[in-house]
Amino acid sequence: MAAPNMSVGKPTADRLPCNTTSFQKKSRSKLVSIPGTRPSIQNGQLIVSTGVTSLDYVIGGGLAVGTLLLIEEDRYDSYSRMLLKYFLAEGVVCGHELYVASAQDHPNDILQELPAPILDDIASPKTVEDQAKSCDPESQDAMKIAWRYQHLPKVQTALASSSRFGHYYDVSKTMDPEICQAARCHGFYLPEHSTAVTSPTATGQSPMPETYSSLLNNLQEVVHREGFDGSVPQTKSRNILRIGLHSLGSALWGDDLCCRENPSHGHALTTFLYGLRAMLRSSLSVAVVTVPSHLIQNRDTGMFPALPGTPNPVLRGSMDNDAFSDGSDPRLSLSGLNTKPFISDSLPPSTL
Amino acid sequence: MYAELNSILNTSPDSFKPGEFILVSDKHTDASFLIHHFLSFYLRAGCKVCFLGLVQSFSHYSAISQRLGVSLTQAREKGQLVFLEGLKESLGVLLQGEASKGTRTMDFLRDPSSGLRGLYDFVRDNVRGAVGGGEEWGTPVLLVDDLSVVLSLGVSVGAALDFSHYCRATVCSELQGSMVMLVRCEAEDEEEESDDEGSEQLLRGLIHQCSLTLQVQGLPTGYCRDIHGQVEVCWRGQCDRQQTQKKLFQYKVHDKGASFFARGMSSAVL
Repeated sequence: MAAPNMSVGKPTADRLPCNTTSFQKKSRSKLVSIPGTRPSIQNGQLIVSTGVTSLDYVIGGGLAVGTLLLIEEDRYDSYSRMLLKYFLAEGVVCGHELYVASAQDHPNDILQELPAPILDDIASPKTVEDQAKSCDPESQDAMKIAWRYQHLPKVQTALASSSRFGHYYDVSKTMDPEICQAARCHGFYLPEHSTAVTSPTATGQSPMPETYSSLLNNLQEVVHREGFDGSVPQTKSRNILRIGLHSLGSALWGDDLCCRENPSHGHALTTFLYGLRAMLRSSLSVAVVTVPSHLIQNRDTGMFPALPGTPNPVLRGSMDNDAFSDGSDPRLSLSGLNTKPFISDSLPPSTL
Repeated sequence: MYAELNSILNTSPDSFKPGEFILVSDKHTDASFLIHHFLSFYLRAGCKVCFLGLVQSFSHYSAISQRLGVSLTQAREKGQLVFLEGLKESLGVLLQGEASKGTRTMDFLRDPSSGLRGLYDFVRDNVRGAVGGGEEWGTPVLLVDDLSVVLSLGVSVGAALDFSHYCRATVCSELQGSMVMLVRCEAEDEEEESDDEGSEQLLRGLIHQCSLTLQVQGLPTGYCRDIHGQVEVCWRGQCDRQQTQKKLFQYKVHDKGASFFARGMSSAVL
């Protein structure tokens, strides 16, 4: 076969710099392809990674979209906080939107502490100018035999790693601020949102304290405004909203569940979780909530029956002081983790 | 609809006992596969079904029922199925905060001490069937997915028991229909000094009221890939019927159904 003319053909800038081939898998029309998600092996439901790949494996592949992961904090809130940060970091790397709510630390502080992702390669994709330079047939790098691949960068780019499901992180370093700022984040810092005005003309008592109501309202507003519940017509591609709620139920949220034996709003937190669940089921979002359950004195508030009642795994982080004095590593025990057969049939991928 | 369960319970869509109160309970596992069974069973039997879905969305049940061969959307359009989407209504209640607008069905969220009166009114209005016009369906059936979730929302055990009693009086005694309720218990095994744990109390109260109970548990020996758990079926002996009868089966949930077998007769073992 005669060698075709090298100068013939489309300019190389037209082609995507990262694809080695123009082959594209024919995707079934029904399944949405959102970056960072994949259909579960067991039942085809859309799942996202929690950020910790081994945790993904334990909970059956990943967190299903529309569900909530409840983490009971350990005594010093170290491991639960770490899990929350992994969850948010995974969202940044996958390009999801984030929603962080905290009563203690400002969401921006939490976002600055995210662990740095370990990406495959250091090389960045060549810019267009570099490509034009290398296409110069006079340059030494011009390929004579594999000339079709000349326009491609020499090293596989970092973009390939973000198409993976589940990443690894280096906890000793924090995420680059540039990567962090590329992600859209919505924050809810409770001291900024505490309204001086009490609820307007409340006829009866409200089931939740003001703080939870304002959080739920704010969350609903964000979900509706950004179109995660399908309200906005599909002008832009769909995305997932990752919701991280830190230390819900602690005293800073205005809830005395963790302070008193007989709290005045004993069921405020479970009511909030019920409302959160309703919101998750009707939108493309995932939530991770940490609760300082070791502070809850009254076991009868219906909190514990409620948690496994919602089909979410409950992680209990138990850390004793003895673990350190022993020299053994502190362990995170997963209890109450039952794999329910139909757990993830809540959202078939085609409904949303 | 699971064929093996039908033969265990001696029922079929063409012939089933009227006026039954079936209680499904689980402990540390998920018995909602039985709710899907009963939903498709009664829809196939042509009954008018009122479903209170308090913990999952309509699309959840719709997707699973489709695998079992029943279309919930069609049933809802024809008027055979009345579905209360608890989650969706609850958002309206929790977000607005104001009373007055919307139905009173989920009022227990706003004021847990008022009980489940609104919910019962919803049931009563929808179970009687269409008066004039529309197709005539069979006996009414009430299905409640997860009565125990109202306990975690602040409703007292007494109110929940009152609700089930009222529903039973209306649906089972007056209209000769059937009722299926799911209750979930999460008793901690370690310490049980508080004997009046909410969901345990509710379960005991409901067992006293029901006529047939299916108690689902995990295997006492632990996790098994081929056997997902065991279900204990108990027919309560009423005054003129037979004595209380108990049977124990093991089950495995598949993609499109569930299989039931006697202990030790799992297909993986034989």
